[in-house]
Amino acid sequence: MAVKTKKSVKLNIAVLCLCLAAVAVSVWLLGKLLEPKYMSGVLEGAMVREYYDEEHPHDVIFVGDCEVYENFSPVTMWEEYGITSYIRGSAQQLIWQSYYLLEETFEYESPKIVVYNVQSMKYSEPQSEAYNRMTLDGMRLSGSKVDAIKASMTEDEDMISYFIPLLRYHSRWNDLGSEDFEYMFGRDKVTVAGYLMRADVKPMTKLPTPSALSEPELGERCWEYLDKMRILCENNGAKLILIKSPSLWPYWYDEWDAQIADYAEKYGLDYLNFLPLADEIGIDMQADTYDAGLHLNIYGAEKLSRYFGEILSSDYGLEDHRNDADIAADWDEKCERYYALLDAQLRELEEYGYLKSWTLEPEG
Amino acid sequence: MLFTSYGFIAFIAILFILYYLIPKRFQWLLLLCADVVFYACAGWQGLCFMAVTVLVSWASTNLMGASLRRQKETLSSPEGKALPREERRAIKKAAEKYRKRIFVLALLCDLGILAALKYTNFLIGNVNAITGASLASVDWVLPLGISFYTFQTVSYVIDVYWEKIPAERNPLKVALFTSFFPLLIQGPISRFGDLSETLFSEHKADYKQISFGLQRILWGYFKKLVIADRLLIAVTAVCGDPAGYDGAYVLAGTLLYAAELYADFTGGIDITIGIAQVLGIRVKENFVRPYFSRNIAEYWRRWHISMGTWFKDYIFYPLSVAPWLLKLSKKARVKISDGFGRKLSVYVSTIVTWFLTGLWHGAAWNFVVWGLLNAVFILAAEEFKPVSLRFREKHARLVSGFGYRVFETLRTFLLLCSFRILDCYRDVAVSFKAFFSVFTGGRWGELFSGGLLGLGLTSADFAVCGVGVALMFAVSCVQEKFGEVRELLWKRKAMAYIAFSLLAIIILVFGAYGVGYDSSQFIYNQF
Repeated sequence: MAVKTKKSVKLNIAVLCLCLAAVAVSVWLLGKLLEPKYMSGVLEGAMVREYYDEEHPHDVIFVGDCEVYENFSPVTMWEEYGITSYIRGSAQQLIWQSYYLLEETFEYESPKIVVYNVQSMKYSEPQSEAYNRMTLDGMRLSGSKVDAIKASMTEDEDMISYFIPLLRYHSRWNDLGSEDFEYMFGRDKVTVAGYLMRADVKPMTKLPTPSALSEPELGERCWEYLDKMRILCENNGAKLILIKSPSLWPYWYDEWDAQIADYAEKYGLDYLNFLPLADEIGIDMQADTYDAGLHLNIYGAEKLSRYFGEILSSDYGLEDHRNDADIAADWDEKCERYYALLDAQLRELEEYGYLKSWTLEPEG
Repeated sequence: MLFTSYGFIAFIAILFILYYLIPKRFQWLLLLCADVVFYACAGWQGLCFMAVTVLVSWASTNLMGASLRRQKETLSSPEGKALPREERRAIKKAAEKYRKRIFVLALLCDLGILAALKYTNFLIGNVNAITGASLASVDWVLPLGISFYTFQTVSYVIDVYWEKIPAERNPLKVALFTSFFPLLIQGPISRFGDLSETLFSEHKADYKQISFGLQRILWGYFKKLVIADRLLIAVTAVCGDPAGYDGAYVLAGTLLYAAELYADFTGGIDITIGIAQVLGIRVKENFVRPYFSRNIAEYWRRWHISMGTWFKDYIFYPLSVAPWLLKLSKKARVKISDGFGRKLSVYVSTIVTWFLTGLWHGAAWNFVVWGLLNAVFILAAEEFKPVSLRFREKHARLVSGFGYRVFETLRTFLLLCSFRILDCYRDVAVSFKAFFSVFTGGRWGELFSGGLLGLGLTSADFAVCGVGVALMFAVSCVQEKFGEVRELLWKRKAMAYIAFSLLAIIILVFGAYGVGYDSSQFIYNQF
């Protein structure tokens, strides 16, 4: 009798463990199925995770919002100067997210130059759960990710749902599409070295009049993270360059510009505001933007990359890697994908007159 | 801390583990610490009010207990026994008077806090409306679960006063009884005599009890998150716009509310009882499949049982035998009629009880009218009992049939749904207007040709709710016929594990929680 009881207890425990394991596996699988794949429409959500597929280290790492991932083309910098660069950008990337992405990047490689676009200095509070997700969901599990989540969460968010995606995306059961099944365990690449290409053109018309600044001072929290970013780069032997991309909207106020310039001067950093240099760069907002001056299209991005690549190469003495067979092979593959993507977009433009695969245009 | 928050789930998980790890004699103290943490999360002010209630209850019951002990010792001592009868009676009377004074003071204090915090604005509103004055309303914090813990404490004070139970000497135990956190949200309103049997005792981890408790918690979350919180969206849409949604929409909203309220309240109680069961504590059931009731009186014996019995034991019975009411009945028998006089005390007690029941649910006239409607229908059913009995005798075959049972159940259900319109709209005039619009407002075609899908729920959401309600109904049927479902499943443990694993996954996928859903309080938490 005792043997039988012991056996049945063992069996119960085995079944219980099996059920718990089944629940855990189901939660993981359902999370994989239900999390948005960002393979069409809003592609920005798929960008951050692509970094982990990189095979070779980079000399330049960009961090920031759409003003980096839409406005700089690493392929152009490679082709023209042999510079290896990667854009760890994401939609509405806030400075603390840039900082933690950079902190994580230093775990994988030691770039010589870090480029931070200062547009996001205007946000000193967490903004939107949807944008947080697009940046943070793609990060690998690490201390940096945990800290980035803590810094970014809006009031309604829970930390746990960043680690168990099912808790966040369960309500998508009603919106599942073929894409969700197709990309459950693997995604296509949507960028080339972090650059999100747009080949269409929408000339700039009249920009709205910027409203008067109620609070000209940039937020304390942003300065705190800029300090951290500066120290992080110093500690890792990287040079931090602050830039302001030549996007005309959202408006970049002179008051903000002066504060950044003062900061750069105080700490001996380089600050490049490309806005007044647009003519010198050759940017024509009638041809080089796809959304009337907010972001550059591929033609504008290539011009800006050529200009910035020249500075990086001559002023910062970045090495030309085009003769390194290993690296060149990797970049050849990137170039191939870059031109294939461009061809595909041009075909789409020819066929439909617009980029059909871009049905939504999120703010950067 | 919402029952449906991740914080709460982490809180109870840690509590469960600690509870069975620490020495058993400290288990009840751990629970008290957990109560303080839980309650402090809702604000320290609430904790202060509760502390006052605990102190008053502990002090008053101990003073009454000491007085009773002294009285018994005096009267049973050789000197006391030797005293003349009048003197013995005087000693007893003086002690009783003293206890009564303490008792009244304790009630005034406990109920006074509740009345002041919950009903002051209601009073000010009425005074303003009647006199035209413009007294400013007050902005006082309403402590979490005040109606529940006050009633629980008052029942303890009364029971001690009535000498049904002895006074608890340890103030910390009184504090634990008052603040036991699973009961704070929405009851059940437990009695000291029942709860103390297991609340303060030492508990060994019992595999079956813990399993049953966890299963019950899961079932509660299923009802709350999958059904109630999803239906809440549609109910809020209908009730939030009485002008836009009249006619057929009112009936739809009312039926959806019936399902939502049941899933919400019973789901919450399942979580409460489940938590207590995991801790080895026995909490009395608060529901016995109320929608299967065949009349209103039966419904109130099956729905929110702890509240019903509280009002019955502490309001209805004492009132119906109150000397002044018996005297009034006697007078009425002489002056009006014998029949009326006999029923007067029951009438008055019933009406007062339901008036107070309504008021307990909320400081608003809609609740009072809701309570009085219940009273009227219960009394009417009593009045028509002879007619009903004659009908039943005459048509015994019909009445005993399944069809008639279904008819009675549906009739009761619809009647209660009608009363609940007052709860949905929270305004007497709007509620009556909405009720009558069901018969005059039409819009039936519109409702079923896409109107329902304009209430914030998709057809898939309605399908989930439909399946959920069907599952609740099926479980209720099994319970009614075969008893406890978990006991039945326990015979096939593997089945139980699989069923509850599936349930957990269903809750995680189909639950209305997280971003995009507003975390909603349990409906009865607002009372």
